[in-house]
Amino acid sequence: MELYRAHVLVCGGTGCTASGSGDLLKRFEEKLKEHSLEKEIKIVRTGCFGLCEAGPVVIVYPEGTFYSHVKVEDVDEIVSEHLLKGRKVQHLVYVDHATQESSVTKSLEEIGFYKKQKRLALRNCGVIDPENIDEYIAFDGYKALGKVLTEMTREQVIDEVIKSGLRGRGGAGFATGMKWKFTYQSQADQKYVACNADEGDPGAFMDRSVLEGDPHSVIEAMAIAGYAIGASEGYIYVRAEYPIAVKRLAIAIEQAKEYGLLGKNIFDTGFNFDLHIRLGAGAFVCGEETALMASVEGRRGEPRPRPPFPAVKGIFGKPTMLNNVETYANIPQIILKGSEWFSSIGTEKSKGTKVFALGGKINNTGLVEVPMGTPLREIIYDIGGGIPGGKQYKAVQTGGPSGGCIPAEHLDISIEYDTLTAIGSMMGSGGMIVLDEDNCMVDIARFFLDFTVDESCGKCAPCRIGTRRMLEILERIVEGKGEMEDIDKLETLAKNIKATALCGLGQSAPNPILSTLKYFRGEYEAHIKEKRCPAHHCQALLHFEITDKCRGCTLCAKVCPAGAITGEVRKQHTIDTQKCLKCGACMDKCRFSAIVKN
Amino acid sequence: MKSIAELEAIRQRTLDKVLLRKEGKDAVRVVVGMATCGIAAGARPVMLAFVEELKRRNLVNVTVSQTGCIGMCRLEPMVDVIVPGQEKVTYVKVKPEMVGRIVAEHIVNGRPVEAYTIGAAEDAR
Repeated sequence: MELYRAHVLVCGGTGCTASGSGDLLKRFEEKLKEHSLEKEIKIVRTGCFGLCEAGPVVIVYPEGTFYSHVKVEDVDEIVSEHLLKGRKVQHLVYVDHATQESSVTKSLEEIGFYKKQKRLALRNCGVIDPENIDEYIAFDGYKALGKVLTEMTREQVIDEVIKSGLRGRGGAGFATGMKWKFTYQSQADQKYVACNADEGDPGAFMDRSVLEGDPHSVIEAMAIAGYAIGASEGYIYVRAEYPIAVKRLAIAIEQAKEYGLLGKNIFDTGFNFDLHIRLGAGAFVCGEETALMASVEGRRGEPRPRPPFPAVKGIFGKPTMLNNVETYANIPQIILKGSEWFSSIGTEKSKGTKVFALGGKINNTGLVEVPMGTPLREIIYDIGGGIPGGKQYKAVQTGGPSGGCIPAEHLDISIEYDTLTAIGSMMGSGGMIVLDEDNCMVDIARFFLDFTVDESCGKCAPCRIGTRRMLEILERIVEGKGEMEDIDKLETLAKNIKATALCGLGQSAPNPILSTLKYFRGEYEAHIKEKRCPAHHCQALLHFEITDKCRGCTLCAKVCPAGAITGEVRKQHTIDTQKCLKCGACMDKCRFSAIVKN
Repeated sequence: MKSIAELEAIRQRTLDKVLLRKEGKDAVRVVVGMATCGIAAGARPVMLAFVEELKRRNLVNVTVSQTGCIGMCRLEPMVDVIVPGQEKVTYVKVKPEMVGRIVAEHIVNGRPVEAYTIGAAEDAR
């Protein structure tokens, strides 16, 4: 048995890979050979640790030293100082900016970012090598499947999931156990289990990290689901824009098949289960369940009216049970540790934990997992490290283009399904985009609507035509051509589209508008009545002005493409706002910071 | 896979390899002084001897790490053995030949090898 005295874990999630962690791995291997350390030290490429802002991330065990922002040149130092001589490389150790705590003085679990987290769905991410099934097994992998197939009846499995209180983590929050039960109850010669790994929300990467860091947890859960509902085949629908996730899933399925954990007669119990991967082609609407199933069948991704629900008639007309990646990631532990354990975490109506992808104007961008019921303030300030540059928090957009914003007055809200919908937002899949005083809420609404208009499949008129009309109105407003009745039009359109669109995409597209209107109506009115953008963001509403810092060097006048600047040498110049194109060339050229945007 | 027992076997044999990452708080710690004084005095062969011996005996809940100079340079190579729940024992002037006995008597059987400790070295002066 080879015994390594130290393990060096290098993050291989997409974020760190994009920052060059692949080169780090190569360099580590080279340097270890150079110093003859390859027999003592094991290099492992893992999934995402979550603290993406600190990437590329390297953790050395047994000390648990957390190195952040590691560059290829730093590898030499880590090998010759830490691995060879045992001296931690202090300048590479992660320091929490907000508190200046270093992860050397405190253990990783005590650092602000990880202290309040409870990593259940992400338990193996950053700990195991996702391309090695043995490591998944070492941490209790496939034990749940074994237990289910040899000790539990199908009804008992479904019962456990119902009792756990697990709700769908894809956004809708439907009771997972009930969905399993309905599909179990359908009678058919073939049933399917499916996994929604499309993750279309911009800014969301929870599912990606699970697939890249712990693909077996999804495979095991789908097999368990297959047993429970009576399906012998499953489909994982993953977006093609996730090449690393696709690759790791494929490797994982291959390895599971080799071990007989997928295929015929698993654990000698007569249960057969096989998994197929289907790639999405970049359509947001294919994250909607019926559109997803159409896509799996090879048809254009378009939703259809329900009933019949997928539990009765799904892929190829057969009963299908579709769950989100994160929902599945929770299943093995519910089976092993029991529904009571799971339901002891979280709140009364929202059990367990939720993974959030923190992005936007926040210090600690990355992936966090917290128990349901955690106050938003803790997520933003304690875990997220607050807003960079000392700026003022304005709102957080949850649920992406289907969700709403949560302003400062609701910072103490407890994060769970029902509390968020009550204030006009929603949990969504977990994307959390933080906005500060420099973000214009009208423009944010326009940005999300632009996305949904692009992604609308076009089947139903309310979405196809309605969202486009709303976008036109918003574009007029941010260009300073809005009128007060535009707000009424927006509200009427929004309410109608919500009530009449065929699928969730259309029904939720107006949410960002309704929610920004509710909490930031003043910004809309300023854009319309005063032709002013309070956040100084909307280009069309900005006036470029030359202040008295101007020395009359004439450089700006020379560079202005519209000839809008006039003035005498050594005297303050002026900009003709009628001619001004707002290109900003003058501001870039001025060496005296005399030109400002108002 | 034909049985749960097979799964369990894979689990056991891999667990030993990855336990290091779980920061086992109840692991036995062997800390070898590896500052310049330690290295010059020959601490690396000593550390490797520990790793070899642990491997040979299939001992898994033991971590081997390095540390800097604690000041008593004339007594290097120095090795601290910390068994959870017991007092830390400091061995001095450790040579690779001594490692086998330290592992067998102290780590496996819980009896520090008094003759090799810093106390014995002090008394001998």
